[in-house]
Amino acid sequence: MFKPMKLAVAALALVLAGPLAAQDGEPQSGGTLNVVVQPEPPSLMIGLIQNGPTQMVAGDIYESFLRYNFDLTPEPQLAESWEISDDGKTYTFHLREGVVFHDGEPFTSEDAKFSIDVFLRETHSRMRTYLEHVESIETPDDHTIVFNLKNPFGPFLGIFETGTAPMLPKHIYEGTDFANNPANNTPIGTGPFKFDEWVKGSYIHFVKNEDYYMDGLPYVDEVYYHIIPDAASRAVAYETGKVDVLSGGSIENFDVPRVREMDNTCVTEKGFEYFGPHSWIWINLNNKPLDDLKVRQAMMHALDRQFARDALWNGLGKVATGPVSSATKFYAEDTPDIGYDPEKAKALLEESSYDGETIRLLGLPYGETWQRWAEAVKQNLTEIGMSVEIVPSDVAGWNQKVSDRDFDLAFTYLYQYGDPALGVSRSYMGDNAEPGSPWNNVANYQNPELDKLWDEAALMADPEERRAAYKTIQDQIVSDVPNLWLLELGFPTIYRCNIKNPVNTAFGVNDGFRFVWIDQK
Amino acid sequence: MVRFILGRLVKAVFILLAILVFNFLLIHAAPGDPAAVMAGEAGAADEKFLADLRQRFGLDQPLYVQLWIYIKGAVQLDLGYSFRQQMPVAELIGDRLPATLLLTGVAFVLSLVLGVVAGVAASARQGSWGDTIISTLALLFYATPLFWVALMAALVFSVWLGWLPGFGYSTIGAGYTGLAHVLDVAKHLVLPATTLGLFFTAIYMRMTRASMLEVSRLDFVKTARAKGLKRRVIQRRHILRNALLPVITLAGLQAGQIFGGAILTETVFAWPGIGRLMFEAINQRDYNVILGVFYISAAMVLLFNLITDVVYVIIDPRIRLTA
Repeated sequence: MFKPMKLAVAALALVLAGPLAAQDGEPQSGGTLNVVVQPEPPSLMIGLIQNGPTQMVAGDIYESFLRYNFDLTPEPQLAESWEISDDGKTYTFHLREGVVFHDGEPFTSEDAKFSIDVFLRETHSRMRTYLEHVESIETPDDHTIVFNLKNPFGPFLGIFETGTAPMLPKHIYEGTDFANNPANNTPIGTGPFKFDEWVKGSYIHFVKNEDYYMDGLPYVDEVYYHIIPDAASRAVAYETGKVDVLSGGSIENFDVPRVREMDNTCVTEKGFEYFGPHSWIWINLNNKPLDDLKVRQAMMHALDRQFARDALWNGLGKVATGPVSSATKFYAEDTPDIGYDPEKAKALLEESSYDGETIRLLGLPYGETWQRWAEAVKQNLTEIGMSVEIVPSDVAGWNQKVSDRDFDLAFTYLYQYGDPALGVSRSYMGDNAEPGSPWNNVANYQNPELDKLWDEAALMADPEERRAAYKTIQDQIVSDVPNLWLLELGFPTIYRCNIKNPVNTAFGVNDGFRFVWIDQK
Repeated sequence: MVRFILGRLVKAVFILLAILVFNFLLIHAAPGDPAAVMAGEAGAADEKFLADLRQRFGLDQPLYVQLWIYIKGAVQLDLGYSFRQQMPVAELIGDRLPATLLLTGVAFVLSLVLGVVAGVAASARQGSWGDTIISTLALLFYATPLFWVALMAALVFSVWLGWLPGFGYSTIGAGYTGLAHVLDVAKHLVLPATTLGLFFTAIYMRMTRASMLEVSRLDFVKTARAKGLKRRVIQRRHILRNALLPVITLAGLQAGQIFGGAILTETVFAWPGIGRLMFEAINQRDYNVILGVFYISAAMVLLFNLITDVVYVIIDPRIRLTA
């Protein structure tokens, strides 16, 4: 009697909360935003370095053609509009007029062409791969740029974000040694904030770009990125009011519940949709008995991933159902079941060629949560009768061991970049399995038929055709269990509730703080 | 004295070179390739990217060539280029060294003064309540891990009581100058310096106490007492002066250790010194930075040892120096 009523009230409350939360009052200008960045970025020149901290900080300085909302739909940024030809081979972008770099020089299509065709082609390994599909780039006028592709490339519209295709000033970099250009220390872009000062080991300071082309933006006067190396100290910095925004992964998971309970504290898991951080355990398929499908299936069913999510990740994230994150385009829902079933796991192990060998499990050296997770996995596998030894390492050691394929099982997590062709295929394609890199098909999964389908799917122009191809791929890979998929990781961005709009696209805090305002009440 | 110091300095150069070669080989023996770490941070990397990085930083050269290039540079005080921070190592260390010297210097003086005073006080009345309390506290500080003390200090004095800042070197964005800046830095220094100093205070206190008790049983002290000298005078002029020699030896040795302690303290309190720089550099296999910091800290230890020897002579005229 009561329950439906309660539900209806709750639903009504949600409906009301939506628009109310969106309104959040009239934006106010002014104030200082204090944010944590960790570890200290090596450089802010995003054309040269694209690691996490650099992307986060440089997202205020540099921009690209597009931004992507939470469901990865492109929105205008430096490009006001764009067209794609019917054959999917010509992309035309119309760039905004009146945009200037921080040094006052105008931003034109020549800068865009130089950035992509010259600078990033030389320095950016992912961009270089994407450009293999591009035949030529034309600039018919100052505000139009045309990409002629050799073939349709499904994910092409998804690469025009700041971390992949940042717009750099041609007048500063043309004809110079990019890596050693002194201007790298005083980065110049078109973004909402200008570089002011970087005291190494302490902080990075940006000030408002008064000439920003979006009227009235940014709202805040300055941004400080605080560099605090210890996770516990970062939590303290938030608790003592020194910083107002903790980006995802800034503090240990076990500190999250405590900090989340503080007054005036809001938490969001949004802002990682483009990256789709996906965790799994590599299985070294070169090693016996891991080449036996039954052993792999047994291990997969032995893992209590819901427990890991609830206990180690404080209920953040989602249990993965296969190689593709549910935030990524073309995720297939009804793939074969790989859920927790210890009895089934024991039976499978019984039927398999496993004969009591000790399996070496390489943990991920990213702090306490990952260490505990390795222990939980060891316990799960021990429960079905396997013998597991955890191998400790630091980051460099982990890289080396995975590069050299010196492991049986190895934790990892990788970004998916919004599209299986950009962030998933690299981990499963047969010709991308050479030892020497920890970022390719480390498991050495070989399936020539799927390789062909991966190649074809990337070049399909019709989204429905692509969807069908990726469904086939996902079904097959999940059946083969070349990896033990764990969680779609949930990284909470924690911030004071009076800081408005810290996360408003699929890139979260990496997208720059142009819309952030501080409620001074 | 001048000859002694010069002689020791010449020896120090050779010792430094030996340390440099040893460290170089040791670091390169550890698993992990800096290019792979950097590529990993970038999220993805192809062979060209890795090869470019290796070529840019000379990592594609045979090890002996890398060593030769490094030694040649180091002799001219060129410590190479940081792979990760993208700047010369000497500049990086130069930026960070003052903060570490301030932290370790204050912690060193604080621990030495407090340790000696507490040790003298405890030894004055052996077995008394005061002695028991001081000795127990010293044991406690000695036995508690530094990182735990640091975190608890931050929790109590920064989070709960809100008296002192829990991280950083100064108030960012406050723009203080002159005396206000000095006071601001001093306020930020209290927690890290005290935390770092506590462990060493305990060591000096125990050494001073033991040494004082030992010396007080010697014949010349009895003579002094028989002469009718005041207790205080005997303590200060006769016992303490003799009892201090082992404390000074220890302090000289610990000066190097305090650098090691700074790695932890600087990391927890986000103190922008070279200890933290080294912690990050080891994680990232930033070889040149690690070697540079080792080089500087080895030079510091050698310098402290030299100073210790000189202080000996000042305190105990019986000691003669020979290089």
